Amino acid sequence: MKLTKIALMLGIASLLPNLASASTLDQVVKKGVLNCGVSTGIPGFSATDSKGVWKGIDVDFCQSVAAAVLGDPAKVKYIPLTAKERFTALQSGEIDLLARSSTWTATRDTSLGLNFAGVNYYDGQGFLVNKELGISSAKELDGATFCIQAGTTTELNLTDYFKANKMAYKAVTYDTSGQTIDGFKKGRCDAVTSDASQLYGLKLKMNKPNSVVVLPEIISKEPLGPVVRQGDDQWFNIVRWTMFATLEAEELGVSSANVDAQLKSQNPGIKRLLGTSGKAGENLGLSSDWAYNIIKKVGNYGEMFDRNVGKGSPLNIERGLNNLWNQGGLMYSMPIR
Amino acid sequence: MNSSQLPPSANGFLNNPQNRAVIFQVLALMFVVFLAYYFASNMFDNVEKRGITTGFSFLDDVAGFGISQTLIEYDDAGSTYYDVFIVGLLNTLLVSVIGIFFASVLGLLIGVGRLSSNYLISRLSLVYIETFRNIPILLQILFWYNVVLAALPSPRKSFSYLDSVFLNNRGLLLPEPIFESGSSAILIALILAVTGVCFLARWSKKRHDLSGEEFPLIKVSIAIIVLAPVVVYFISGQPISAEYPHLKGFNFKGGLTIIPELLALVFALSIYTATYIAEAVRAGIEAVPNGQKEAAKSLGLKDHIILTKVVLPQALRVIIPPVINQYLNLVKNSSLATAIGYPEIVTLFSGTTLNQVGQAIEIILMTMAVYLTFSIVISLMLNWVNAKMAIKGR
Repeated sequence: MKLTKIALMLGIASLLPNLASASTLDQVVKKGVLNCGVSTGIPGFSATDSKGVWKGIDVDFCQSVAAAVLGDPAKVKYIPLTAKERFTALQSGEIDLLARSSTWTATRDTSLGLNFAGVNYYDGQGFLVNKELGISSAKELDGATFCIQAGTTTELNLTDYFKANKMAYKAVTYDTSGQTIDGFKKGRCDAVTSDASQLYGLKLKMNKPNSVVVLPEIISKEPLGPVVRQGDDQWFNIVRWTMFATLEAEELGVSSANVDAQLKSQNPGIKRLLGTSGKAGENLGLSSDWAYNIIKKVGNYGEMFDRNVGKGSPLNIERGLNNLWNQGGLMYSMPIR
Repeated sequence: MNSSQLPPSANGFLNNPQNRAVIFQVLALMFVVFLAYYFASNMFDNVEKRGITTGFSFLDDVAGFGISQTLIEYDDAGSTYYDVFIVGLLNTLLVSVIGIFFASVLGLLIGVGRLSSNYLISRLSLVYIETFRNIPILLQILFWYNVVLAALPSPRKSFSYLDSVFLNNRGLLLPEPIFESGSSAILIALILAVTGVCFLARWSKKRHDLSGEEFPLIKVSIAIIVLAPVVVYFISGQPISAEYPHLKGFNFKGGLTIIPELLALVFALSIYTATYIAEAVRAGIEAVPNGQKEAAKSLGLKDHIILTKVVLPQALRVIIPPVINQYLNLVKNSSLATAIGYPEIVTLFSGTTLNQVGQAIEIILMTMAVYLTFSIVISLMLNWVNAKMAIKGR
């Protein structure tokens, strides 16, 4: 099933000569739609709501790119991918952009023919256990069985952590995050391990969210970011600066609510961001109101964070590392000038 | 074709139908080879342009992830992707072999039951076949997995038998035999016993052919195969001991664990495939002319002897070819295990490994080669059996 899907992608890759030659920007503009690879359902990042509408911080990122390139955040085709399909889908050209909580690692950046355009969420790996086990620290998990999603950095970190702490564990590996939490619910494993942000989402999916706890330990660095194909620098720049624009807007206090008023602002930084001065848009190969479209139609980074994972969402995650650099976090936009 | 019947050709080579056939076939072959070459070179071109690593050197890299069931020594932090490949391959093989065994036994029983003169048995067999044959195998796998997990208790509340066998939602835990020095003598005794039984079987058949006397072959064989190793076990000072599973922390330690994924998969695959085998068995038995059974009956043979000595040997010739297909299907269907996380070759190798390494082409090719090899080996083996069973001209 999955095998044929991947084989099919390979088949397509072999059929089309010189896929790389046509620029991604041209293709997206010509199609009039952005093919964006998202998860099969990670609450807060990319998941469908009760009406079947895609919501999440990664979904918002797809929309930001669509707003910058096509001027309309609705022109996105979401392609749900499991962890193990995602990179093949991008390599084969099935998607133009992968925004699927993917951890930036050296191997992925260098050997897959892909480039990470930045980090839109700083995460770390944590553990979710049943309260009735009476465990308060990951150090007490010796001999435990874990439910994990296949093809993730999580699998590798777990081995490292248990090796370093001289403990033993068993892993049951599932295909999707849904199956993983299902296995945990049915008692196939003692704990789920995943990115901490996902654990909060999984906790909400439990029948009794209060019967489980997230342990305090964070055992790895998981910088999650959007990924593009290697070798198309223009597209890479667009994706990277779309992210910077959302950060810069938050830093300058420009939000979807006040962006129209800010068009008249005399602040040179805001003028360059919104395209009333400077040539940032033109240099990217976009219209001069590219950033205006993003902020007006999707929002700045802070807005996306709050409504999807932060205090405006059921997940209620602290900004923490994901705060702006001048407020104690790591989010830092390169200057738009 | 006999070319002498054709009118003599006016001008030689090209008008000769045999030559033409050869020429067209060569052209077709060249076209296929060219297409294959075109696609392959295109693919490698594209891969190279994208900066994707190629080659098989990744097999020597350390994998670094845990696997829930490994038949060979596997170390999370030290084993390579090659080991992962072997682990996945063996896990596929394991579930296939066990699945084929149970599917065959169940299929034979149900197939015979379907033709039983007992109304209840034949109806029940019919219901069984029609139910399980008509539900997609993926659904059945998920169903059994959920049943297995939902029905079994947590480790701390395990069902236990004599404090040595435990059943819980982490699997079936059995005592693990520990072979100490001197245990090889028992293995030798077992091999000798089996060889002896083979000779005994030949001798008894010969005697039966010559004199018609029956020899209680099955009883004597079982006695020899069981007794010989047991006697040697006690003579050599009981060199096999058992390690019992015991509850430690929140899980069991020690012993052998049969994971629930394997249980569910074997269940689903055998039950599903057995329906098709049962139908093949029924078809085979019905293909044996009624006169054969009537003749045997008129000789005063008992029903079970008629079945085993007269009907089944003839029916097998009809049964084997479709059953080969079902065995192949079972092996291929085992890849659906990816839905429940059983670590077979597709889950492990073209799943986890593919994602960690990213070299889709190499990994998918290797996985396809595994299934192709399995299928060809099964076909060859059963074709050989089929040839042996075929009617021999006397």
